[in-house]
Formats: sequence, C-alpha cells, structure tokens
Amino acid sequence: MTADHGVWVYAVTGADLPEEAVSGVTGVAREPVRAVSAAGLTAVVGTVPLGEFGEEALRSNLENLEWLETVARTHDAVVSAVVRWAPAIPLRLATVYLDDARVCDVLEARRADFDAALTLVAGRTEWGVKAYADVEAIAAGAVETAGSGSEKGTGTAYLLRRKAQLSAREDAERAAADRADTLHALLLQHSAAGRRQPPTDPTLSGRRDRMVLNGTYLVDDARSDEFADAVAAARTQFDGLELELTGPWPPYSFAGVDRGNP
Amino acid sequence: MTVVGGGSSSPQPYGGGHQSTNLGDILERVLDKGLVIAGDIQVNLLDIELLTIKLRLVIASLETAKAVGIDWWETDPWLSSKGKRAEIEGTQQDLEVENRKLRDRIAELEAARREPVAAEVEDAEVEDAEVTDDDG
Repeated sequence: MTADHGVWVYAVTGADLPEEAVSGVTGVAREPVRAVSAAGLTAVVGTVPLGEFGEEALRSNLENLEWLETVARTHDAVVSAVVRWAPAIPLRLATVYLDDARVCDVLEARRADFDAALTLVAGRTEWGVKAYADVEAIAAGAVETAGSGSEKGTGTAYLLRRKAQLSAREDAERAAADRADTLHALLLQHSAAGRRQPPTDPTLSGRRDRMVLNGTYLVDDARSDEFADAVAAARTQFDGLELELTGPWPPYSFAGVDRGNP
Repeated sequence: MTVVGGGSSSPQPYGGGHQSTNLGDILERVLDKGLVIAGDIQVNLLDIELLTIKLRLVIASLETAKAVGIDWWETDPWLSSKGKRAEIEGTQQDLEVENRKLRDRIAELEAARREPVAAEVEDAEVEDAEVTDDDG
C-alpha cells in the first residue's frame, strides 16, 4: 500500500470467503475486490486512490450525483455479491482505511460487534415494504358523500362543507396511519426483526400519494415465501393502501448491533 | 416528476447490482444504513446528511425544489414534529393574513363612508376661517 492509496471496505463476513466469491468483482474504483482476514473475520475490500477517495476528494465527490450514483450502485453490487456467498455485514458507504493493517486492527477490535451482527443476519434477508395512501382522494370521497345532501351557496353551507373537508382529511390521515400501524405489526409477525424508517420525501419517491409506511424487515430465508405471501395478502386486505415490496437486500438496516428492534 | 430508476414494485434478485432499482432505495440504505465504523478517512456524518438533502433537491425537479423550499424536510409534518408545529403556525399565519386583509377592507369601507362627511367638515372650517378673517 502506498501513501496515495486507501482501503475501501464493502462488507465483513465471518466465513473464509472462497476465492471465486469475489474474483472478477470490481469495486468503486474499478479495482479488483479482495479479502483481508483477521480474528476469524474477513473484510471484503478494494484498494482505491486517495486522489478520488481521500478525505477532501470524497467530500466534493459525494456532492456529485453522477459519481455518487455509480459508487453507491457499485458498493451495493459488491456487498450483494458477498452476501450471496455468506452472511455478511454491509458497511456504510465511504468507510476507508489507510492500509490493510488498519482493517485488521478494526476486525480485531470490533470482533464481538461483528459476531453479534453476523449472528443476527445469518440465514436472513432484508426486504423493504412501503405503503402509500392517497389521503386527498380518500378525504375528497368522504366529503363528496357527506356534502351531497346539504344546500349549497349559503354561507352556512360553505362553512359546513369546509369543516367537513378538514375533518374528512384528518379522518383519512388517521385511518391511513392506523392501517400502516396494523400492517407493520402484521409484517413483524412474519419476520425476525423489522423497523420503520422516516418516509421517503415525495420529491425523492416521485409519488403524489403519502408514504404512510417505510418499513424494512429481516426475514428468515426459510420464511421468505411466507413473507411475500403476507405482503400479497395485505394488498387486498388493506383497502386504500398501495404496497411496494423491494428486495432482497443485503441486511443494511440490521448491520449495526446498536440498531436493535425498536 | 420521475425518479431515476423508476421504482419497480416487483422485487429483484440481488447481485445484479440493482441496476434497475430506484436510486433512492439504494441511497437510503448505503448512506443511511450499513454498519458505521470510524474509518481513517473521516467523512463527517453531517456532511453526508447535507449531501442527501442536496441530492434530494437535485433529484427533484427545479420547480418542485423551489415549491417545497430548501427546508422542506423540516416543514413536512410527516417528517418532523417541528414541521407539525410549523404547519399549525402556518395556519395561524394564514388566519392572521386573512384577518389583516379583512381589517384593511373594513377600514377602507369605513373611510369611504366617512369621506363625504369629512369633506363637509372641511368646507365648514374654511367658511369659519373666512368668517374669522372678516372679523379681523
């Protein structure tokens, strides 16, 4: 390792990774991905130039959407390749060390944490479930029904209609939130762990309707069909919610030992 | 607005690099999740947060970004309690604005009603003054 290169860490796995697992896999700097082992753990790493992945370079490159997209997709691809061979802990993007020895230090120092996390994710896969509700449409429907009988044109009728609109919206939001709570509880029954995350902003999701559930679940591989069936059943059961299933994902959301099930 | 990747509703097998997966879905995981351990190369977490915010604005169409304002994540009641408060304050502000408009309108109407009277008073004063002048 030279001074102008660093070591980018993709994932940590407990097993001795077979060589073919990462042979032919290239990383964020188009570098061949390799394994660094210590303390019974294996870190999947790549040597990256600090000119592009050093502190200052990272800071500015991370602001570049095109660069970020390529790097994020590549990081995810490498992690996914590892996970197909063995249970692994994905590291957050841009974890860079000065050399292999430093990576070994971390494997030794954090061995207990890695072991605990590996135990949690072994034989399990992360699945994402998002639920959307068109609150406006539901509320508008309710007002339409409620307001059809009232006389229109007078001030009182206007005020009543306005009040109905506001309360219908509130009702619709509450109903959607309740259904999201129930859905989350239901999905937890089919998974080993799960958590709700803040909803993705509509500008990022590109959707007009409200995301009422942004859940992610760690599911036993033996129960993945059961989980998928539960989601499929929920599509019909939860009237007014539109469900989106994503995955399988490497266990990003369950990688940290401090991230217990809330 | 369209998001890069399009957001498929069907699950995809991993390993394919998630090439067709919604970029937002990937970033949500590789930036916000994954095991966080301190590297030798320090990238400030706050920087990353700043970045995702900027990124979200980049992904959003310019109009949307403008419409939602640069601090949308704070004002969205679904994202923060601060936003919920802001929404309530916003409603109050709207009411205040409406109140002010109504008060202005009333003042205007009252002024219009008073105007002819005021003019008469003025005339009267002028006459009075003339009278005084005559006296002097």
